[in-house]
Amino acid sequence: MTTIHFSAQGISKEFNRKLIVENISFALGNGDSLALVGKNGAGKSTLAKILCGLLSPSRGSVGLTIDGTPVEYPGRMYPHIGFVAPYINLYDEFTGIENLSLCARIRNHSAAPGDRIEDLLRRFSLFDKRNDELRTYSSGMKQRLKYCAALLHEPPLLVLDEPCANLDEEGIAVVRAVMREQQGTGILIIATNDKDDLDYAGSIVTVERMKRP
Amino acid sequence: MFSPLSKIILSVWITVVLILGFAMPMVPVPQHWYELPLIPGLEEKARNIIFHVPMAWTTMVAFAVSVVFSIRYLKTKNYVDEIRTVAAAGLGTMFCILATLTGSLWAKFNWGSFWNWDPRETSIFILLLIYSAYFALRSAIDNEEKKATLSSAYAIIAGATTPFFIFVMPRVMKGLHPGSKGDEMGSAPVAQLHMPPNMLILFLASIFGFTMFFYWIYNLKVRSLLLEHTHQASRH
Amino acid sequence: MTSMKRSITTTYYLVEKEILSEFRTRYALNALMMFVVTTLSIILFSLGGETVPADVLSGLLWIVIFFSAMSGLSRSFVAEEERGTVMTLQLMTHSTSVFVGKLIYNCLLALALNIFIGLAYQVVVADFVVRTQSIFWTAIILGSIGLASASTILAAIIAKANTKGTLFPVLAFPILLPLLLTAINATKMAADGAYFGESVKEFQILVSFSVVIITLSLLLFEHVWKD
Repeated sequence: MTTIHFSAQGISKEFNRKLIVENISFALGNGDSLALVGKNGAGKSTLAKILCGLLSPSRGSVGLTIDGTPVEYPGRMYPHIGFVAPYINLYDEFTGIENLSLCARIRNHSAAPGDRIEDLLRRFSLFDKRNDELRTYSSGMKQRLKYCAALLHEPPLLVLDEPCANLDEEGIAVVRAVMREQQGTGILIIATNDKDDLDYAGSIVTVERMKRP
Repeated sequence: MFSPLSKIILSVWITVVLILGFAMPMVPVPQHWYELPLIPGLEEKARNIIFHVPMAWTTMVAFAVSVVFSIRYLKTKNYVDEIRTVAAAGLGTMFCILATLTGSLWAKFNWGSFWNWDPRETSIFILLLIYSAYFALRSAIDNEEKKATLSSAYAIIAGATTPFFIFVMPRVMKGLHPGSKGDEMGSAPVAQLHMPPNMLILFLASIFGFTMFFYWIYNLKVRSLLLEHTHQASRH
Repeated sequence: MTSMKRSITTTYYLVEKEILSEFRTRYALNALMMFVVTTLSIILFSLGGETVPADVLSGLLWIVIFFSAMSGLSRSFVAEEERGTVMTLQLMTHSTSVFVGKLIYNCLLALALNIFIGLAYQVVVADFVVRTQSIFWTAIILGSIGLASASTILAAIIAKANTKGTLFPVLAFPILLPLLLTAINATKMAADGAYFGESVKEFQILVSFSVVIITLSLLLFEHVWKD
């Protein structure tokens, strides 16, 4: 099992000189989980993007250590992160299985990717639809496929923005199981407003949009 | 930035240069320090060199300043560098238009038409295009940080391609300016200027005056943009 | 696997993805071929059987090439932005691999397109006789690579702007002008029947243009690509 440490130090983000995220700090290790809560537009997604290295913070720093080695932020974070979010899409013109094998190949993920892809597709009940193009998928099915893509490389850090969006009960059950497993091995971060999700969070960070006096 | 005294000195300097540029008499055989040579074919039109060339020079300086601060911005992501880039680019555009107009008017009376696509006319035209593209790009991006980053990247790319014109132009077009291909005084990319000493001093004084004038206005512009920036930030 | 080898395989699969995507959506190729056919017909109509000097015809050829590049080469980045797959790629791989992948794809697209244009132009424009084919095709190939390299980084820039389509030629023209002027000059030489050795200077300019732009793009891309 990989040893992971993930920390944020005084993260702030400004957009057009408006403060979106102010002074967020935390430190997490294996088995920890964190929920980012806050009103719509409070900056949860912005913070999630910063943590995954998709946006750079205006101030503050993000630190990731894998087995004692610090990982360069943001350039080399991607191999260790799985991120599911409404604004991260897969390719509509490719089939489910093509999307996943594309992910595996681009990531240079060599550990029997074929089997791993099939297992994930079965787990998220997408195996029968694996050869259909993504444009024919419903939004719930797309959400399930995003989970397959995010879990493909067994990331030690899993970040979920609105984890249960568009999912039916069956899908939610699978996601809950995934969240529990992630807590057992690595770090889980969820950005959510769903009270039920909070049962899976060891600690909670409230993101507020600060008003200047 | 500029002390009151240096502002007064600069104003006097520019005024004197402008007056001398217009008023020093031109005679066929100069005898005194204040007489400029009258070159057949150029006559009084030669005075344009005192005004037009410094404008073109200032355009280049402004362009270089905006490229340098674009590089700095990408390194530091400090909005002050971005403001400096914008200020230099704005003034560069103004001097570029002035240089184009003075050059074009002069060309009409000396070469017979307002525009001849000679290498240096083409260069100033391309600079004008780059400045317009730079501002068009800026107006098409809403997010301020993104706007600053992308327009800086564009300025750097544009800055890196302009030196190619030095090699490309002489091969594809005939020059009319001094120092172009076919000119018996040589075809170096930077014009070899052959002037009598008094005219050269006036010319260099004008270059210096225009450069300092640019620096003065540039500082004013940077300061006003900074004020605007803090004012907008305090409103949120 | 060494990290170098990893990057190369990643880039290979990114190029493969672009090509596969193109065959699925058929966005660029069909539209571009029609664009070329349309512009060539307009040129033929406007020439209307008049004898036109090779200088003018060389310029017209590169006008066709420039505008077809402008309508096709921005697609790969703009499409990622529109479909919301930019972050997906950012989460999968390093930005340099993405850039190199797009660059190679754009080079392939530009080469395919411009070789087609070069052939079609020689066939349909009767007055345009290329006496030195070697100069002509070297100019087309080096010109395509230069066009693709400048277009790739500029496409990455305009993909983040609001008015993507109209802005692209505005930004690209001053940047590409040294390349276009040189390529037109080489094409004239090819039509005049110059020896290959006489146009070496042109090819040096074209190659160094691409080298400068690609080096700079690699340095700038991360800033442009990340939000």
